Amino acid sequence: MTADPRGVLTGVHFLDGDHAACEGALAAGCRFVAGYPITPSTEVVERFAGRIPLVGGVFIQMEDELAASIAILGAAWGGQKVMTVTSGPGLSLMMEHLGFAAITETPCVFIDVQRGGPSTGLPTLPAQADMMQVKWGSHGDYQVIALCPSSPQECFDLTIRAFNLAETWRAPVFVMMDEVVGHMTEKVVIPEASAIEVVERRWTSKAPGQYRPYEPTPDGVPEMVRAGDGYRIHITGLTHDERGYPAMNPQHQDRLIRRLNDKIRKAGEALVDVREDQCEGAEVLVVSYGITSRVASAAVRSAREKGIRVGHARLVIAWPFPRDRIRALASGVRGVVVPELNLGQMVQEVERSIPAGVPVLPVDHAGGTVHDPDAILQRILEAAR
Amino acid sequence: MSETTPLEDPNLAIQPPLDNPVMSFLRQERMPHIWCPGCGIGTTVNCFTRALTDAGVGLDRLAIVSGIGCTGRVAGYLNLDSFHTTHGRAIPFATGLKLARPELEVVVYSGDGDLFAIGGNHFLHAARRNQDLMVVCVNNFTYGMTGGQLAPTTPEGASQTTAPFGNFEAPMSLPYIAEAAGAVFVARWTVYHVRQLARTFKEAFRRKGFRFIEILAPCPTLFLRRNRLGDGVDGVRVYKERSVIRDGADTRTIGLGMEGEIVVGTFVDRPRPTWLEAMDAYYQKVFGDRYRPVGGGSHVEG
Repeated sequence: MTADPRGVLTGVHFLDGDHAACEGALAAGCRFVAGYPITPSTEVVERFAGRIPLVGGVFIQMEDELAASIAILGAAWGGQKVMTVTSGPGLSLMMEHLGFAAITETPCVFIDVQRGGPSTGLPTLPAQADMMQVKWGSHGDYQVIALCPSSPQECFDLTIRAFNLAETWRAPVFVMMDEVVGHMTEKVVIPEASAIEVVERRWTSKAPGQYRPYEPTPDGVPEMVRAGDGYRIHITGLTHDERGYPAMNPQHQDRLIRRLNDKIRKAGEALVDVREDQCEGAEVLVVSYGITSRVASAAVRSAREKGIRVGHARLVIAWPFPRDRIRALASGVRGVVVPELNLGQMVQEVERSIPAGVPVLPVDHAGGTVHDPDAILQRILEAAR
Repeated sequence: MSETTPLEDPNLAIQPPLDNPVMSFLRQERMPHIWCPGCGIGTTVNCFTRALTDAGVGLDRLAIVSGIGCTGRVAGYLNLDSFHTTHGRAIPFATGLKLARPELEVVVYSGDGDLFAIGGNHFLHAARRNQDLMVVCVNNFTYGMTGGQLAPTTPEGASQTTAPFGNFEAPMSLPYIAEAAGAVFVARWTVYHVRQLARTFKEAFRRKGFRFIEILAPCPTLFLRRNRLGDGVDGVRVYKERSVIRDGADTRTIGLGMEGEIVVGTFVDRPRPTWLEAMDAYYQKVFGDRYRPVGGGSHVEG
């Protein structure tokens, strides 16, 4: 189906990434946002608070990020498409509800506008150092989907996609922005509502009595209902059976946790999005994501001017990590260069994906600004030698 | 897992009465429950279900949200839309649920540790905002599920596993906090007061806004035994002896100790607009006809 026109601000705009992400959420049908102020993400919820009274929905500023991150899960079970928005310290507080969303299979979107850490770190300056936290930060085995926009236009486009993926897979989906993408202002084109594809919740057609909240469909994802429609559901963060009732034993744990992980891990091409630029026949491969892709593009251009055949693979979906695709792209190259605004996070995924013997050259950065393109160029030259 | 319940087991020596009016409110396939003999939580559930019958609450539009702990298991046993959430966060979950679907009646049912220690901040702000929630706190003065640790309600002098020589902290008085934070309806009963409690539930269902009911309940296994206060029956006997009904009592004066009066009754009953009513009224003033209230077409038609 296509977007509800009430949420779609069709036209050509000059927006920063935070504002564009908010418009993406509204276009996707998000009608409930709970937030807590935190730099550099706050503009997303400020805009939502200003827009929602005329669209029809709720914004509520909660008392902390724990509250914000579970208020949205309550609202999802009330039938709404939901989102919260935060940055590093707030993300740390939300980890418990990331796990609750995963085990209860509650569709929800988290926007994380990354800043330098750990702790209070660099509130107003960029980093990409939460990449592993969203994957591993909540306890237990779970999967997330994480999208990495590199421009305000992509903040709009990928936020819509995040909602669609959340509904499709009934899993928490992250939009992994950073301070630079969040605060840079560029042209953003918002299409007509009829041109925006939105995915509806997987509502069950079964009657109460026939419906079991955690009975998987063939792709591993169960159908959903909302509270108040007579189904009398029980939803718990405990390990549960298909009725949703606590079932705390190794057999149910194995069945449930494998299904929760496999529905994402076995999704295959549906959850692979690597944008490839001249990767065929390349002697050096650059793997990047988010804002760093744009800096890396400058370095790639310079290297090509020097006659080096450089391929550039940009991860639009970082989680699940596109292991097979990166392995294929890295076969036959002399080296893989991985720039990122952290001291080495996604580079570990690259290392364990690619064929043995292909050197991996990280271009790490503690955050606070973007890379100097020359630092990436030097590593490309090194890899080409 | 066995699909037949112990309640249906013909080999049981004593058959429970099948016409018990509570039965239709319970998920019987989940019995037996986890609560210890003499625990007061089941009694509160009886009173709650009695009130549901008497108040004529539409059960398909009623949702119950619990946190973690012994009382946190209430949601799982009631045959309603029910949510067993994370520790301390039942209130913000319930807030989201209610605001997403305002036609629901949402009840939060949890324990003193869950609602007032780890979840204390959420309680304050939901009361301040006057979210339209009924919050029921079963106060057993201890952390039962984890084995009898110090709670924010543990009376001074009481022994707990993490206060092995007795508690020297000042406990919280829950009705006082609820009133100060802005609750529109505040009551306290004990599990001795089953009729009064059922009536108070019923009264609370007829009101809107942030309603708070504290229920004192014995934890024989971990609180009474450790403090040599007997079993569950002894606990209820103490409630009977020490309780004084004082409606409208000044909540500053009704703190609880190991001895002395237990003041019960309805202390606060003062309507004011809920968060959603306040938002609607405010935005109607600001935007006039252009304002789209929650539910103004935004709900998925189910």
